[in-house]
Amino acid sequence: MSHYELRCRECGRTWGNQPRSICDDCFSPLEVAYDYDAVRASVRLGATDQGSFSRESIAQRPPNMWRYAELLPLPQGFQPRLPVGFTPLLQAPRLAERLTGTTAGAANLYLKNDAVCLPTLSFKDRVVAVALSQAKAFGFDTVSCSSTGNLANAVAAHAAREGLKAWVFIPSDLEPAKILGTNVFGAKVVRIAGNYDQVNRLCSQIADEHHWGFVNVNLRPYYAEGSKTVGFEIAEQLGWRLPDNVVCPMAGGSLIVKIKKAFDELIKLGLVEAKEVKFFGAQATGCSPISTAVKTGSSEIEPQKPSTIARSLAIGNPADGHYAIKTIKGSGGWSEDVSDPEVIDSIRLLAETEGVFTETAGGVTVGCAGKLYRQDRILPEETTVLCITGNGLKTTDVLAGVYETEAAIAPKLVEFERYLQRTLEPAEVPEVVAAGVGA
Amino acid sequence: MPITVQIPTALRRHTEGVGSVTCAASNLGELFSVLDEKFPQLKPHLRDDQGEVRRFLNIYVNEEDIRFLGGAGYAFQEGDEVLLVPSIAGGAS
Repeated sequence: MSHYELRCRECGRTWGNQPRSICDDCFSPLEVAYDYDAVRASVRLGATDQGSFSRESIAQRPPNMWRYAELLPLPQGFQPRLPVGFTPLLQAPRLAERLTGTTAGAANLYLKNDAVCLPTLSFKDRVVAVALSQAKAFGFDTVSCSSTGNLANAVAAHAAREGLKAWVFIPSDLEPAKILGTNVFGAKVVRIAGNYDQVNRLCSQIADEHHWGFVNVNLRPYYAEGSKTVGFEIAEQLGWRLPDNVVCPMAGGSLIVKIKKAFDELIKLGLVEAKEVKFFGAQATGCSPISTAVKTGSSEIEPQKPSTIARSLAIGNPADGHYAIKTIKGSGGWSEDVSDPEVIDSIRLLAETEGVFTETAGGVTVGCAGKLYRQDRILPEETTVLCITGNGLKTTDVLAGVYETEAAIAPKLVEFERYLQRTLEPAEVPEVVAAGVGA
Repeated sequence: MPITVQIPTALRRHTEGVGSVTCAASNLGELFSVLDEKFPQLKPHLRDDQGEVRRFLNIYVNEEDIRFLGGAGYAFQEGDEVLLVPSIAGGAS
């Protein structure tokens, strides 16, 4: 008997556990509901008791997302084969100074750095890890997804690890690194001449006809729960307390909603003190259906045709958009969006100030955080976490042309000294060179 | 104006298993009326109590979201293929 099951989030009907994402009765989405009384009982056990889910016993578990297994929909007897998650939570003092224009809040800004999530360097490894645990339990031999890139990488890698076949559907204009990073795992990659929303619609139809485990269609309720581990880790890494603010990139709108669910669960179980956390959503202006709705006071999504370099966020008709809007508004947060040039500037700013190279989605998050600070919606003295969800090595194409390739110099010391004098401002030239030594 | 409507599996128990319907309708309102008459059990699954298209139901005409074509105001063309596709959300708030 599992301690979780699927439940319609609108009409409340329960569906047990099966590969299904829609309530047949009212056509609304299903989500995983837990027996919190059972989990609460395990929280109360002492640290040394077998089966304890206390702070102390969690701290003794391996540093990966499976340490929160009690709050994940995992099949009975599941044995993880990959140490996914538990990515660094980094203080970001130099970035804070640049975003806020003051040193006052240098200790209060954090990066949740899923650019180094294993095995495929994005937070999608978390959701796929959970989805594939269920795919195997349900007996699928083929897993599949529609993807803007990171999910494709994750499905392909995890499927290879689990010995499953993978079919991955992507918009044809995806970044080359994300396509290659899917091909290499032996997945079948189907390029679709259309945008993500069209790919996603097609996958809904394919899932209707083929008995495959589509992680973001018929396995979606389980898949989406994996995102909660970002929230669990933020809380634990802050010393079992919640931040004041979370800034989160939004594509389909699921991550921000699930981080909220994670915080709510920790409060419910007494693992953290109750606190009103504000949630802030970040989008690219060229695909901003959720931030547009928040700014205009609408509770519904008006779909858009995406046009942005932030392809991993280019979902014009976000399935969880309605819930993302509710999460943001209900928390007292806000949503912002940034232009493509601002995305590039923000990728560079994050890299230059904190040594973290993020993909375009991370640029969106950092750029929007800057706007939110300037609007005084986020204050420097508040503890704020920026969710960096992917790695910059996957979207290097957007930086093409930003850096000049300089002419090579001869391997001679004198050539290097001349190079310094030629390329540096006079005040920057080291004294030894300015004095003519080696000239 | 003959058009074809594809019914997703999730709704076919309300259409006696029928997955495709060819009918005459000049706009979305007329199409819903035709479907209401043909499959009375389907009606509450397509529209809410206010008569609005349900939040988690997407409607496409020849692969394009009908909202980009003018929504309820779009005039069906002969041979249009209409897809009813559930929106797959993760859910929670």
